[in-house]
Amino acid sequence: MNSSAVKTMDFVKKYTMIIVLVLVTIFFQIMTGGNLLLPMNVSSLISQNAYVFILATGMLLCILTGGNIDLSVGSVVCFVGAVGAVLMMEHNVNIYVAILIMLLTGTAIGAFQAFWIAYVRIPPFITTLAGMLAFRGLSNTVLDGMTVSIKSQETFVELFGGGANCYIPDLFGNGGLNITCLLFGVLAVAVFVVLQVVNMKKRANNGYDGSMTGEIVKTVLISVVILAFCFRLAQHKGIPTVLIWVLIVVIVYGYITGNTTVGRYFYAVGGNEKATKLSGIDTNRVYFLAYTNMGFLAALAGMVTIARFTSAQPTYGQNYEMDAIGSCFIGGASAYGGIGTVPGVIIGATLMGIINLGMSLMGVDQNMQKVVKGAVLLAAVIFDVVSKRGKFISKE
Amino acid sequence: MANILLEMKNITKTFPGVKALDNVNLQVEEGEIHALVGENGAGKSTLMNVLSGIYPFGTYEGDIIYNGEVCQFGDIKDSEHKGIVIIHQELALVPYMTIGENMFLGNERGTSYKIDWNETYDKAAGYLETVGLHESPRTLIKDIGVGKQQLVEIAKALAKNAKLLILDEPTSSLNEEDSKALLDLLLKFKQNGLTSIIISHKLNEVSYVADKITVIRDGATIETLDKLTDDVSEPRIIKGMVGREIADRFPKRDAAILQGEVMMEVKDWNVYHPLYHERKVVDHVDFKVRKGEIVGIAGLMGAGRTEFAMSLFGKSYGDNISGQLFINGEEVHLETVKDAIKHKLAYVTEDRKGNGLILSNPIKINTTLANLEAVSKRSIIDKHKEYAVAVEYKEKLKTKCPTVEQNVGNLSGGNQQKVLLAKWMFADPDILILDEPTRGIDVGAKYEIYCIMNQLVAEGKSVVMISSEMPEILGMCDRIYVMNEGRMVGELDGKEATQEIIMSHIISSK
Repeated sequence: MNSSAVKTMDFVKKYTMIIVLVLVTIFFQIMTGGNLLLPMNVSSLISQNAYVFILATGMLLCILTGGNIDLSVGSVVCFVGAVGAVLMMEHNVNIYVAILIMLLTGTAIGAFQAFWIAYVRIPPFITTLAGMLAFRGLSNTVLDGMTVSIKSQETFVELFGGGANCYIPDLFGNGGLNITCLLFGVLAVAVFVVLQVVNMKKRANNGYDGSMTGEIVKTVLISVVILAFCFRLAQHKGIPTVLIWVLIVVIVYGYITGNTTVGRYFYAVGGNEKATKLSGIDTNRVYFLAYTNMGFLAALAGMVTIARFTSAQPTYGQNYEMDAIGSCFIGGASAYGGIGTVPGVIIGATLMGIINLGMSLMGVDQNMQKVVKGAVLLAAVIFDVVSKRGKFISKE
Repeated sequence: MANILLEMKNITKTFPGVKALDNVNLQVEEGEIHALVGENGAGKSTLMNVLSGIYPFGTYEGDIIYNGEVCQFGDIKDSEHKGIVIIHQELALVPYMTIGENMFLGNERGTSYKIDWNETYDKAAGYLETVGLHESPRTLIKDIGVGKQQLVEIAKALAKNAKLLILDEPTSSLNEEDSKALLDLLLKFKQNGLTSIIISHKLNEVSYVADKITVIRDGATIETLDKLTDDVSEPRIIKGMVGREIADRFPKRDAAILQGEVMMEVKDWNVYHPLYHERKVVDHVDFKVRKGEIVGIAGLMGAGRTEFAMSLFGKSYGDNISGQLFINGEEVHLETVKDAIKHKLAYVTEDRKGNGLILSNPIKINTTLANLEAVSKRSIIDKHKEYAVAVEYKEKLKTKCPTVEQNVGNLSGGNQQKVLLAKWMFADPDILILDEPTRGIDVGAKYEIYCIMNQLVAEGKSVVMISSEMPEILGMCDRIYVMNEGRMVGELDGKEATQEIIMSHIISSK
């Protein structure tokens, strides 16, 4: 193989999921006769999948520690939502107090499970399976098996991306294009470009190898995507409020995993726990943080969920854990831990979202959709495992 | 002359970067007990793995001639089919299965859709009788001791119709009495025509049981001694095992910096096994190392050296640790690895892949892992600084790699070892415990690592070197402790020590 072929191979390997995402998007764009990327559909892609983005980010931390998953998140989402709805509707608790209680409830549940996993070393699968059963049951108890509507809590609903009016109001409202949204996009691109330039300069000063052209191309492409995305949103009703929450989660956790010592520890534990321990790092604490944090983010996802449905029901959140886990693995997280990034997971979640949306628009049968999603998940992990081993059949 | 059962001709086996076996020849006659001796890492186990098909045909060069025909074993089933059965040092029994189930695991009695339990247990009882183990075949493996488990392994081998039995360190975990029983059992089987190859460090056992002794050193056969015609006394075997010239394999160092004050001192140190609480792994050890000194700990595998070092390093090994530890004259209590690092102690593991490095991560991340604070501010990592640090150490240690972004898993053993050293040097310790720092790396890289050690002591640091390779202990150390079965059985001056003296310390301590 000549060097350019090797380079192409490396490029394909590194950006596989992005390439797949682009191809899948084009595929559905054609199959749906251009409906997929209509402003309304782009907007609903966000609203429908907000919970996936949030949960998958938390799940990534668990998976990083060694391919461990949290099966309880769907039930915790439901339970936290139920607690919040009951507090707001039946006990007339102030919504901000209710929000705080919901977050604390989720975090406490997370910490409870995390304690067993991290310090007593009960396998996560079993601990969270128990949580999955228990909190599903408790949700039913809290709601008394009924639906509690929170339609009247308009502030809450709008704040977390539910109802018809869940968009950031246009400050320059003239009814047409949402100017705030466009400005937001331009601002985001500006910040992004400045950060990239500063980073590249520092790298150059440090004598970093690697081509700068690649970085520049990457920066330009990402900027174009951000702008196009904001333009689409502006054509609909603007920025969905829930997008703000998703962005905060993605940016904060992207930063933590990429740039902080704690973030580094998650990767280290998953990469080689013994070596990490012998480097003076408290590995128990790392597990504890991962699962406690999962509870916290499950609470946020719970709020987003009841806002979107403007009610709490004992059946909400079913299979949410699977969406989150699937997104992580499709997004390149290793099933053995130690590998995976927040941007990767976002791409994984988006890919799942597009496949869902595309198939729904095409009118594909619900059951077939599940089959396709399952196939995509399996294919992604096969790819991950085989490409790392370099051989198709294991000889271990 | 008796019939030659097995001949291994010109066996050469290379691992990436290391030639483990170099034109090894071995001849085993039918009905004899043939011992294979050599230092750790000499290539004994590799040779047996080639023979049993664990390293399949095609991954090595040379011929295996068994019973007159050239064999090409693709896996362990092939060799077992011919009656070659290997019993590994770590027993391969399933604890929660019965003796009978274990004995016929992979070789089940009955048909593939119905195991015949009566036949299984009847036959198992028969084989247990043969090996002289009086237990019900329905007893769970976990409920019998190690000595009896070893007998079950042998019974299992017999159940596979073994004609050639290979035992890798069969007595390493047995006490005197069980060892004797096992060896006598081998002698009894010999009368019945069974051929065995036994790998052992315990030379008294080798002299006792073996008809012929083949010595392997540095991946090559040195000699084969015959009990009938040659001198097979322990000193004679030792000479074969260790006798090699040491010429300039070790860099010189200024002796002037020596004789500093005591940097670390250990008094009456005791450590118990983390699982078997009654087993003492480190036994009343006293130890000290001075500033600017390289101190060696010699001994055989399993002597308790690694366990001793790790128990010092923030109690990362063992239970019920007692004793006193002084650093710079002050008594310290290092409860966690973090404490140990804070007190400027570093332990560079012998198992760089298992305990040392994150193979799936790049060099730069491995370099800073033990001292991440030094490249971060308020828990935020300065990645540019981290990169610069990694490059600095890469150049300092002459690590061969395209960039520090390279994953450690893709490096050769020697370069991995350098990354591991870089990681601990960056943690800025005063005392470095290097556990087998040159295991499995080539001669050139070894020399470079010795140079780094000299540099470290020149900076006034203390180095403790644990090694099973006696030449390097002799070549590098100012002072040498000899450890055996958890005890320090000798302390020698580096200049006066010889391999024979060390070996005799180990052997006479038993």
